[in-house]
Amino acid sequence: MDSFRDKLIPVISILAGVVVAWYVFAVILNAPFQRDLDRRAGETPDVVEFIGKTMAQPKPTLPAPHQVAVNFFENTFLRKVTSNRSLVYNAWVTLSSTLLGFAFGTALGILIAVGIVHVATLDRSLMPWIIASQTIPILAVAPMIIVVLAAIGVTGLIPKALISTYLSFFPVAVGMVKGLRSPELTHLDLMHTYNASPSQTFWKLRVPASVPFLFTSMKVAVAASLVGAIVGELPTGAVAGIGAKLLAGAYYSQTIDIWSALVAGSVVAALLVMVVGIAGRLVDRAMGGRPA
Amino acid sequence: MTGQSPAVVSASKLGLTFQTSDGPVQALSNVDLTIGKGEFVSFIGPSGCGKTTLLRVIADLEKPTSGSISVNGITPEQARQSRAYGYVFQAAALYPWRTIERNVALPLEIMGLSKTEQAARIKRTLDLVNLSGFEQKYPWQLSGGMQQRASIARALAFDADLLLMDEPFGALDEIVRDHLNEQLLELWERTNKTICFVTHSIPEAVYLSTRIIVMSPRPGRVSDVIESTLPKKRPLDIRETPEFLAIAARVRDGLRAGHSYED
Repeated sequence: MDSFRDKLIPVISILAGVVVAWYVFAVILNAPFQRDLDRRAGETPDVVEFIGKTMAQPKPTLPAPHQVAVNFFENTFLRKVTSNRSLVYNAWVTLSSTLLGFAFGTALGILIAVGIVHVATLDRSLMPWIIASQTIPILAVAPMIIVVLAAIGVTGLIPKALISTYLSFFPVAVGMVKGLRSPELTHLDLMHTYNASPSQTFWKLRVPASVPFLFTSMKVAVAASLVGAIVGELPTGAVAGIGAKLLAGAYYSQTIDIWSALVAGSVVAALLVMVVGIAGRLVDRAMGGRPA
Repeated sequence: MTGQSPAVVSASKLGLTFQTSDGPVQALSNVDLTIGKGEFVSFIGPSGCGKTTLLRVIADLEKPTSGSISVNGITPEQARQSRAYGYVFQAAALYPWRTIERNVALPLEIMGLSKTEQAARIKRTLDLVNLSGFEQKYPWQLSGGMQQRASIARALAFDADLLLMDEPFGALDEIVRDHLNEQLLELWERTNKTICFVTHSIPEAVYLSTRIIVMSPRPGRVSDVIESTLPKKRPLDIRETPEFLAIAARVRDGLRAGHSYED
């Protein structure tokens, strides 16, 4: 219990600091527009009234935290989940392509890692390309993927998922190359003394040894997948999804909507990373991991 | 029947030179060696004398660069392929994601034994090293000495006649070590295996061996071979007898002679 409190207090203090700073900036950033409004209306509010107004604009430059919180609450809990305005609905749309892309990306990453570890030519030829692939800005690639795939009749979930795949295979490939090469020399020598075949060494030694590396890289990959899915929604003119909400918010200057969509995205990301973390811990327990 | 059984290990003019970035290093030079069936042979010497390398050559974990060596009358590679030996490393090298039972099962799985045969052998070998009751434990739940016993069980599980042990008790404390030495002798007597044992402890080598090979470094070579006159039955307090101390003194002299030109 004490360790829980030890962790909670620092996190909450930082959060409180962020919220206070957020309010300060909301007032500062929204003040010029409010002054403009007041001058046109011929009003001269006192300081407290003025600050209150800067935090209650319908389209503020920076919405105050409570404005975002109210919007987030309304759009999450007070709307039918089938409604186009529901954040649950939009999060689900993004989540489904995130999960599909994450599954593809993990599979592809593992496949590439297995190839790199077993074929020396692949190690030398593939690795530079994999690294280069991640230096290309995804915003530039995403529309092309969507357009090219639409031209051959692939639309809907798959193109978005492929963008997630593009971002998520990389950490898995790099992590798994490291993981599959992680067995100690004596563990490999032992296999050699048994005259084990390469496939026996792979399944009985390399694969189990790589599992902790897999889950660490999957945590990074699942977050990258979500980013990929959101980015994938921007150029598609998608009608639903967190990316679509962001785009619509930007289009109509609905800053509060943008921020609450951002919060929704972070909540989904946190949940995804948490789920992968818990899965990793369960697998570790099942493999006889020493409790920390 | 030929009366005399063929040598388990036979090496002549064996040499191994490692190519390192600092130039060639002669790990083994001109090693002649014959080990008969049922012998307990210890290799002793300071670090860098090639004792571990020699064991690894017998195990086909290293290839010699000159001379010849045979194991059970065939090449080390063929011997390894026919699973002629069990190897015990300095570290227990148990797979942490397998229980003790599954660790002992590892070579049996690889060699394709049936489940029932596996179960029978696991039980027998864990009994042999006094680890019954720990089948379902993971390695980290066991002490260092128990882990090493599990790794010996793993090497015994597939019934190879030759046991190669590379400083198996080097990382353990004196009390555990004495205990395991006693158990190892008992095990050797019961199973009648041939054991090659690398160590840098003089009392351990003298206590265990029927023959002690003293090695010296730069280049790694055999500098003395000492036949033990101790009886096969050896209680721990045999180490206080004059006979034991005399052999230990000879080993110490051999080690010192090998060192004399250096310091």
